[in-house]
Amino acid sequence: MLELIKQPWPWYVSGPLIGLTVPVLLIMGNKSFGISSSLRHICASCIPANIPFFKYDWKKEIWNLFFVFGIFAGGMIAAAFLVGTEPIAVNPALVNELAGYGITNYNNLVPADIISWDGLFSARGIILIVVGGFLVGFGTRYAGGCTSGHAIMGLSSLQWPSLVATICFMAGGFVMANLFLPYILAL
Amino acid sequence: MNYKDNTLSTLNPPLADEKEIRSLDTVCINESQLQHKWYHNLKYLVSGIFFGILLVKAEVISWFRIQEMFRLQSFHMYGIIGSAVVVGMISVWLIKKFKVKTIYGEPIVISPKKFSKGQIYGGLLFGFGWALTGACPGPLFAQIGTGATVVLVTLLSAIAGTWFYGWIREKIPH
Repeated sequence: MLELIKQPWPWYVSGPLIGLTVPVLLIMGNKSFGISSSLRHICASCIPANIPFFKYDWKKEIWNLFFVFGIFAGGMIAAAFLVGTEPIAVNPALVNELAGYGITNYNNLVPADIISWDGLFSARGIILIVVGGFLVGFGTRYAGGCTSGHAIMGLSSLQWPSLVATICFMAGGFVMANLFLPYILAL
Repeated sequence: MNYKDNTLSTLNPPLADEKEIRSLDTVCINESQLQHKWYHNLKYLVSGIFFGILLVKAEVISWFRIQEMFRLQSFHMYGIIGSAVVVGMISVWLIKKFKVKTIYGEPIVISPKKFSKGQIYGGLLFGFGWALTGACPGPLFAQIGTGATVVLVTLLSAIAGTWFYGWIREKIPH
C-alpha cells in the first residue's frame, strides 16, 4: 500500500480528489475553496497600513489561514514520508530545451539550478523568484482569485467571470512560457 | 478598533462598509451567525494537510509540469484541472439539488462572482507569474513544506504584490 502511495499519483486519481475539496469545504462550514485570499488576510493582519482594501475583520476568515498552514504541513509530510526516489519524468522535448539553459537537475519539484538560494543571486533567479512571486500576488488579487478560487471553485459553480479569468490565466501562461521565458532563462 | 460600527462608510465612499470590503473576495462573504471556539478551525488544518499531500503527489507543484502544460507537452495538468472541475461541478449540483446543509445545519450558500476587467488584466498578469514561478498560491505553501525554502522569498514577494494591489486598487481599471 505504502509503495503504491509513494508512486506519483495519476491525474485521474489526484484530479477528482482535488475536486472533492470543493464540497468538503462547503459542507464543513460554508467555505468557498480559494487560496490566494490567504495572502490578503496576511496583509490585513500584519501590514494593513490604513489601506481600505485591508480594513476588514480578517479573524472571520481565519479558517483560510489554517487551511494554507495545513498545505505547508502537508508538503512537509509528503516530502518526508510519501515520495519515491525516482526523479520526475518530464517530456524529452522539455528536457532538451531546458538543457540548453543549463537546467539539468530534476531531483526537486522546482529546478534547483535556478530556484535555489544560490540562484536567487542571478538575474534569471531574481526574475523567476521575486518578479514571478510579485505577479502571482498582484495578479490573483486583481483577478479576484487564483486557480483554486476561479478555475476550480468558480467553474464548478458555473460562474462565467471565472471562465474569463481562467482563460486569461492560461493565455498569460502561454505567452510567458513560449515568448518571454526563453529569453529570461538564457540570461 | 471595532469594525462593526461602519465608521468606514464616512471615511471611504468607494467601499461602503466592512462587509463590502470583505466581499471583494467572494471567498469572504460568508456571514455565519454561529460562533465557534478556535479549535473548530482544526478541521480546515486537517483538510489543508490532505490537500497539501495531494498537491505534492499529483506533481502539480512541479515547475516542470507547469512548463509542460504551457507548451502542450503533457496532458497531466489538463487532466487534473479538468477532472477536478467536473467533480466540483457534480458536487455543487448535488448540493443544490438535495439542499445539503453544513455539518452545523446551516444552508450552503455560494456567492456569485462579479465580473470586472480585473479578471482580464489581473488574470493575464497572474498567468505570467504562474509560468515564471511554476506555482499558483496553493503550491507555494506546499513547495516550502517540501523543503524548497527559497520559495519563502516567492511567497513574501506574492504578499508584497497583494499589498501593492490593495494600495493601488482605486487607481487601476476594474
